[in-house]
Amino acid sequence: MSDTFHLDGAEVPFESGQTVMQAALAAGHYIPHLCYHPEFKPHGSCKLCTVKVNGRTTASCTMPAEAGLEIESETEELNALRRTLVQMLFAEGNHFCPSCEKSGNCMLQALGYDLEVHTAGFRHLYPDRPVDASHPDILLDFNRCILCELCVRASSEVDGKNVFGLAGRGITKHLIVNAESGQLADTDIALADKAMQVCPVGVILPKRVGFSIPIGSRRYDERPISAQALDDAPRQSAASGGCTACEE
Amino acid sequence: MSKKLRIATTSLAGCFGCHMSFLDIDERLLALLELVEFDRSPITDIKHCGPCDIGLIEGGICNAENVHVLREFRKNCKILIAIGSCAITGGLPAQRNHLDLGSCLTEVYLTEPGLAHGHIPNDPELPLPLDKVHPLHEVVKIDYFIPGCPPSGDAIWKFLTDLIAGKTPELGHGLIKYD
Repeated sequence: MSDTFHLDGAEVPFESGQTVMQAALAAGHYIPHLCYHPEFKPHGSCKLCTVKVNGRTTASCTMPAEAGLEIESETEELNALRRTLVQMLFAEGNHFCPSCEKSGNCMLQALGYDLEVHTAGFRHLYPDRPVDASHPDILLDFNRCILCELCVRASSEVDGKNVFGLAGRGITKHLIVNAESGQLADTDIALADKAMQVCPVGVILPKRVGFSIPIGSRRYDERPISAQALDDAPRQSAASGGCTACEE
Repeated sequence: MSKKLRIATTSLAGCFGCHMSFLDIDERLLALLELVEFDRSPITDIKHCGPCDIGLIEGGICNAENVHVLREFRKNCKILIAIGSCAITGGLPAQRNHLDLGSCLTEVYLTEPGLAHGHIPNDPELPLPLDKVHPLHEVVKIDYFIPGCPPSGDAIWKFLTDLIAGKTPELGHGLIKYD
């Protein structure tokens, strides 16, 4: 017998220790998110998953589920805020989808589609961020980094290699490679690493496989991210005994 | 019968790919022509945009002439629509924005192999390039955006027919695309 909270009027069951995001996804309710990944400790930095809990805004990926909470997510007010966050991310980096290998499989792009973002609206910053093509098998394109830290977390927590890090503060914050030279070639990253699989955008790319899936068959061509994310989420039945995603 | 809506279209720093995609509405163009007539557009060869209901602009702003044409459209069009990645984000031409314009021109016209006697074009007829490429909304107010590189004929058709019907245009999954 588990406790429940209310999400947009629907009753959502949760197990002790689950966050609002985990319980919602497991019960088949989508909350938009970028830096949240079911296999990692929540980070709470992208703020896309912001919901109103008993009238106060908070990140649902870090908010512990509690019985009786009244939570709003799918409201025009919150989606307008999410739209603005996505627009700022597009204006801040160099996100040129037509030439990006991740296009069609990119979470940022798919969220833009789902939230009906037709323009970044803001003045584009067009930052100068040279790519790192030093590694024989892996390309790093910093132009698209949204600072979600998933690669940082995956590399240190799962791969035990600590290849990536974030440096700087505020608008100068950026992804770095932990090597004396700063070059990816001088790290022990490998194609099979978890850090290779978690980038939600097109920063960390295996070389020589780009554009292999035709337009129309890519991940978010077929179904919007709001439907896809529910398929990817650990289901309620598995929630008590660990999640299906972690057992793979 | 009510008066037909007047539409003007042009390509600034674009490749006319969005115009080609517009033609991909195929035989629906005939249905559209029941509702609209064209002012300045590649089909009419009218050189300047007159008073219009809708202006469709593809391509961003990369030189002084682009700015003049864009302002002429804004002055004359009740509704101005940016169509395609270049008009909305600067797109491919904006990939030069993190480079110095002078060194771009030097590289392209002087130092590339085989350009020993080249020179940077300086004919007074040529519009001066801008230091940076800009999306349209950084120069004038844009009312609507149709993303895509190019947006599909179906997306353009849906958007225009919604607009002409007096509805807020919506694209939805499958029609909204950035690539």
